[in-house]
Amino acid sequence: MPYSPLIVNPMKAELTSIGFLELLTPEDVDTFMSQKQGSALLVINSVCGCAAGQARPGVHLALQSANRPDRLVTVFAGQDVEATKQARSYFEDIPPSSPSIALFKDGDLVYFIPRHRIESRSADEVAEDLTSAFDRYFASTPAS
Amino acid sequence: MGTFHQDKGELHGITVVVDTVGSEIYVGRCDVMTEERILLHDADVHREGEGGRSKEEYLERAAQLGTWKKFDQLEIPAEVIASVRRLGDL
Repeated sequence: MPYSPLIVNPMKAELTSIGFLELLTPEDVDTFMSQKQGSALLVINSVCGCAAGQARPGVHLALQSANRPDRLVTVFAGQDVEATKQARSYFEDIPPSSPSIALFKDGDLVYFIPRHRIESRSADEVAEDLTSAFDRYFASTPAS
Repeated sequence: MGTFHQDKGELHGITVVVDTVGSEIYVGRCDVMTEERILLHDADVHREGEGGRSKEEYLERAAQLGTWKKFDQLEIPAEVIASVRRLGDL
């Protein structure tokens, strides 16, 4: 059963207020995934205080990075159930967990942070992990 | 902002590895741990040598991307528990 909007909306707003596009339906997910060019960050958001409480501010901090991804999208596990299921279908060999964070480059999954690597960390540590991945996968290649 | 249940102990909501004195090793989200038992949600179990993998090899893979749940809930009695660790610490 979905959560009350009174609980979920402020948690969604933590991401939408910093530029994330909400994917609410499977069609939204497919549309996003069909646009393969460039870099993208998908956050599978959740109500879990043990982990999502660090994930959202960690993502916010990481986006100060020069190599931040071009596109930012989010689905909400346990709330937008079908959209979340559809998003996970694009990396179905990875066990589902929420919150979790996926990075894509030109449509390919290049990095994934599952829940258990968020729940034991601070927001700063989540940001450090993400920033390092942004630098590794999204840094512009200097013209030769 | 999130939901918290601080009365359930420091491992509540944390993905833990429960190793046993026997051949089983469990990974799941801790609900509560008491002197008598630990209750896990969305738990997986691996037995030494299952699928040709040792406990250590199973954990190596689990630590990277997580585990697939076999049980919605699982209770493990304290007398078989050898150790409880956070999966994220591995």
